[in-house]
Amino acid sequence: MARTLLNVPKTARKGEVIEIRALIAHPMETGFRPGADGKVQPRDIIRRFACRYNGEQVFAAELFSAISANPYVAFHTLATETGTLEFEWQGDNGFAQTERAPITVT
Amino acid sequence: MKRRVVIALAAGAVLARPAPAQEGDPLGAAVSAYAQGAAVRPGRVKLQIDQLVDNGNVVPVSVSVESPMTAADHVTAIAIYNERNPQREVAKFTLGPRAGKALVSTRIRLATSQKLTAVARLSDGSYWSDTVSVVVALAACIEGDGIP
Repeated sequence: MARTLLNVPKTARKGEVIEIRALIAHPMETGFRPGADGKVQPRDIIRRFACRYNGEQVFAAELFSAISANPYVAFHTLATETGTLEFEWQGDNGFAQTERAPITVT
Repeated sequence: MKRRVVIALAAGAVLARPAPAQEGDPLGAAVSAYAQGAAVRPGRVKLQIDQLVDNGNVVPVSVSVESPMTAADHVTAIAIYNERNPQREVAKFTLGPRAGKALVSTRIRLATSQKLTAVARLSDGSYWSDTVSVVVALAACIEGDGIP
């Protein structure tokens, strides 16, 4: 399991726009870079990121080799109801990870 | 006579040059492919990136779009393209009315000094873009570490 860093407010007012920041530890090997043996290293990147709010997708991203190592994405969403935010990363070599963060909306 | 022929040939060569949008502009080609032939107008989108980048391995970028982000009028997608990396695409984001605010940030790699374009697709099907030129001091490693 890769380490993740999620920045989600614990509480929010209903209808408030909240900022969410998500970072995951991953080398994001581009597939264009030679290694120590001079051969081009095979690509190993995270290709998809998605955020679901109580099961409904509110944001998604398609990532390419040009995204830096340890991909960081910041975006916004409307606080609608108390529940769970689910973050999912998918990538090369079967990489898949899901993290959750609770949010209380008043 | 001879001189006239030479001038005519030279003029012909100038006129016969292909339109710049095709081969010499991979960035424009990638953007129009993304828009699927629709007109991409400049404006409404703001691509924020440092004009002078010290380290091309980690370049913070953020894209914001002027939009009320309501169910009737919102941004459905934002894409970032580059001119001279090995691959044109940088990132594609999917948004919706539940985003609340059309502002996304990430960190990217840049292989060399080049132009970047951010394109936004709105719910009414229109495309808007912003292009920025950046100078990169230390390139992201594409051919080893660059140090012999």
